[in-house]
Amino acid sequence: MEENIKEIVVGEQEDYVINMGPQHPSTHGVLRLVVTLKGEIVKNVEPHIGYIHRGIEKMCESITYPQIIHLTDRMDYLSASINNESVCLAVEKALEVDIPDRIKVIRTIFSELTRIQSHQLFWASYGMDMGGQTCFFYGLRDRERILDIFEETTGGRMLISYNCPGGLMYDIHPNFQKRVKDFIKYFRKVLPEYDAILTGNVIFTSRTKGIGHLSLEDAISYGVTGPSGRASGFSCDVRKHEPYSAYDRVKFNEVLYTEGDTFHRYLARIEEMRESMNIIEQLIDNIPEGPYAVKMKPIIKLPEGEYFQRVETSRGELDTFVISDGNKNPYRIKFRTPCFVNLGVLNHITRDFKIADLIAIAGSLDLVIPDIDR
Amino acid sequence: MSSIIQYFREIFQGIWSLLKGMRVTSGYFFSPGKIVTQKYPNNRKDLVMFERFKGEVIMPHNENNEHKCTGCGICEINCPNGTIEVISKTIVTEDGKKKRAIDKHIYRLGMCTFCALCVKTCPSNALAFSQEFEHAVFNRSLLIKISNKPGSQLMKGIE
Amino acid sequence: MRIDLITSLFSAFSEPWWKIFYDFSILTRGVDEWLRNLMTPFWTVVIEMVIIGVVFLLLYAVIGLFLVYAERKVCAFLQNRLGPNRIGPYGIFQTIADLVKLLFKELIAIKNADRFLFNLAPYIVIIVNFMVISALPFGKGLHAIDFNIGIFYILAVSSMGIIGVLLAGWSSNNKYSLIGAMRSGAQIVSYELSIALSLITIVILAGTMQLSEIIEAQRSGWFIFKGHFSALIAFVIYLIAGTAETNRGPFDMAEAESELTAGYHTEYSGIKFAFFYLAEYINMFVVAAIASTMFLGGWMPFHVAGWEGFNNVMDYIPPFVWFFGKTFMVIWIIMLFKWTFPRLRIDQLLTLEWKYLLPINLVNVLIMAFLVLKGWHF
Repeated sequence: MEENIKEIVVGEQEDYVINMGPQHPSTHGVLRLVVTLKGEIVKNVEPHIGYIHRGIEKMCESITYPQIIHLTDRMDYLSASINNESVCLAVEKALEVDIPDRIKVIRTIFSELTRIQSHQLFWASYGMDMGGQTCFFYGLRDRERILDIFEETTGGRMLISYNCPGGLMYDIHPNFQKRVKDFIKYFRKVLPEYDAILTGNVIFTSRTKGIGHLSLEDAISYGVTGPSGRASGFSCDVRKHEPYSAYDRVKFNEVLYTEGDTFHRYLARIEEMRESMNIIEQLIDNIPEGPYAVKMKPIIKLPEGEYFQRVETSRGELDTFVISDGNKNPYRIKFRTPCFVNLGVLNHITRDFKIADLIAIAGSLDLVIPDIDR
Repeated sequence: MSSIIQYFREIFQGIWSLLKGMRVTSGYFFSPGKIVTQKYPNNRKDLVMFERFKGEVIMPHNENNEHKCTGCGICEINCPNGTIEVISKTIVTEDGKKKRAIDKHIYRLGMCTFCALCVKTCPSNALAFSQEFEHAVFNRSLLIKISNKPGSQLMKGIE
Repeated sequence: MRIDLITSLFSAFSEPWWKIFYDFSILTRGVDEWLRNLMTPFWTVVIEMVIIGVVFLLLYAVIGLFLVYAERKVCAFLQNRLGPNRIGPYGIFQTIADLVKLLFKELIAIKNADRFLFNLAPYIVIIVNFMVISALPFGKGLHAIDFNIGIFYILAVSSMGIIGVLLAGWSSNNKYSLIGAMRSGAQIVSYELSIALSLITIVILAGTMQLSEIIEAQRSGWFIFKGHFSALIAFVIYLIAGTAETNRGPFDMAEAESELTAGYHTEYSGIKFAFFYLAEYINMFVVAAIASTMFLGGWMPFHVAGWEGFNNVMDYIPPFVWFFGKTFMVIWIIMLFKWTFPRLRIDQLLTLEWKYLLPINLVNVLIMAFLVLKGWHF
């Protein structure tokens, strides 16, 4: 790393430096990558972050626990429901509340639906990064069905704020189960089309296979989690290792590959959609009866101490660390967001590949910029 | 020899994979019934939002221009962004008692994040979400709305 | 006096008026004779050139605008969308509205750009385009210049459009533009080879380079059927190389949206951008028109040897309808390519050309020469 920096400083005059972003079609937001090129070859990538920093962790210190929920929606807006769950679980753990099964099951179903729609958007935008613009519309077309399910039950489409400490905001809509089953039936039919358009396409495979290789050691030492880490063989699925909510009662496979290249990072997400559908199918008919929320005190005060909760978002591991001094506001709250950590590996795996590969590799990490900046 | 076979196999496998993709897209091209987009402003009349859709926070009034808001201010406390402001006044009821009632229930749509905490925590169910979603206005001050209608009163039987 | 002129114009036609749909040379010959009777040969040529120029300008604009509309509709239907549907029935005036918008847009002057080359680049692209479409046979007798080296001329001229692209990328003072232009240069230089070789395959079969004679040679059957698998391979290679030549997806390296924002025309705005945009579509039209002329019989109707009744029915469809029908068919296939496939990487693009297309093409030319030598084609 040090040598590399020296080389750039010395050869500053010859280097061809491109500012990719903050406004660029394939950074999916306001990420700025300072790319040093030699011809078409990427020599160094330096991410500059903070363009959409809102200080969510600081804001959380001045608001109450139920109010924090709606801020976590806005970190990784594609796995909003899972972010909510993370804070709720931390608070419930601190208060030692017993959560009924019904809430756990519904939370799990929502998490998995969120995961599917997030991966659908990944597929859509990854196809577009690769130049196949039709993928974008097919992906969004199918994602719309999940958003409709969300909207019917929660009233929101993306930022649903559905979980709250002690349970859920509302009960599920009477149509919910039927619609979810319809969606799974439909999506199982559509997924082979995804494979026909992109996964099996010879142009796509030749552009992604063997590109941006991330070894298992690097994945662990950089802390790359989620499908990106699992494509390198890093078994890091929190759902499997530390099951929360209803994950201990469902059977599912952790999608693991050993290749660790761009294609397998992509494939891991496609396979995860199938696994998520399996999880939903196991749960959707067996939602137990019961209340949809536990009665909580009007003002939630956490006992003094430190509380920690891991969850698996669609991009990797989200850790919530709460320090409470006994007040209604947290003393400090820290989110370990997956995208920020995954971004760190970008320079390592893109070096010496072409500029077109940079797009493919950055896309395969599936970065969500507000999650990086918080 | 095997490398030559490999060469041609690669070509035919590649072409086959491309044809598979083209079959999907051209299949959609020839089935216009699968079009999912809508002609939005033209179909305004038949657009139905879901009943739980979070359009904006309103205060439902009955036919006698009565609402349920007692002016307790719990929604104001619970709102994370300061979207809601309750301005209360003191009125004298018929039997001579002094009582708190709302003067203005101010709702700033521009700041609202639709977290639904106000609607959920309201002790007298005075607030609700409407299905209105076309919020664009030319002047930002139009986004500051007063939820209670002029001349409205507290519904009888609600404390 | 004026009435005399018009009656003399009509009297120049010896045949009924509807015949011009089947043989356009009746009209051109009539107008030519009429003008020659009125004025000196010099002025006749001048006036004829002006008329042809105006007609081609109109044709250029109409085809360009129609193709932009067609592409938006085609890609919309591929993607389960409606596409433009606001202006006019089914949105057919959408591109005209877009053109008006582009005309009114500010021409942004780029700081530190090479002003002269920056302004020159779009015109080079446009002029090259004009030179190419002037040599295309649109119908029987509907042909501005019929060179005896027609296809050679088209190949030679159409590859000059790259100079405009290179100049645009170089003079924009933008790093993205420069990368785009350089990619485009490498791409066109390599794919020009494939295009030429695949067309040479057909030239061998036809025995001439004159476009009108090539079409005439397809009276008994289109070359794609006549030339066995060899012509079919040439057709597929031509389609791939032609798509690459027009800088369209999946070979749109030069303007790769997700990598280089817009490539060589990043810095262009207003009507100068519109020139690049139109030229791209006319290029696609030219590639499709050559494909239909060389492989699918141009304006020649579809004939099956021995089926007299069927052939007569086919003859009732005017030649220019055949030509445009075939051309738009090819254009639809090229559009399907663009909207289905992801983009190649620049080194894979060159690999495809030098490792796959070129060797196959060379062998293909040999096979075709052998077939023609032995007289084994139909």
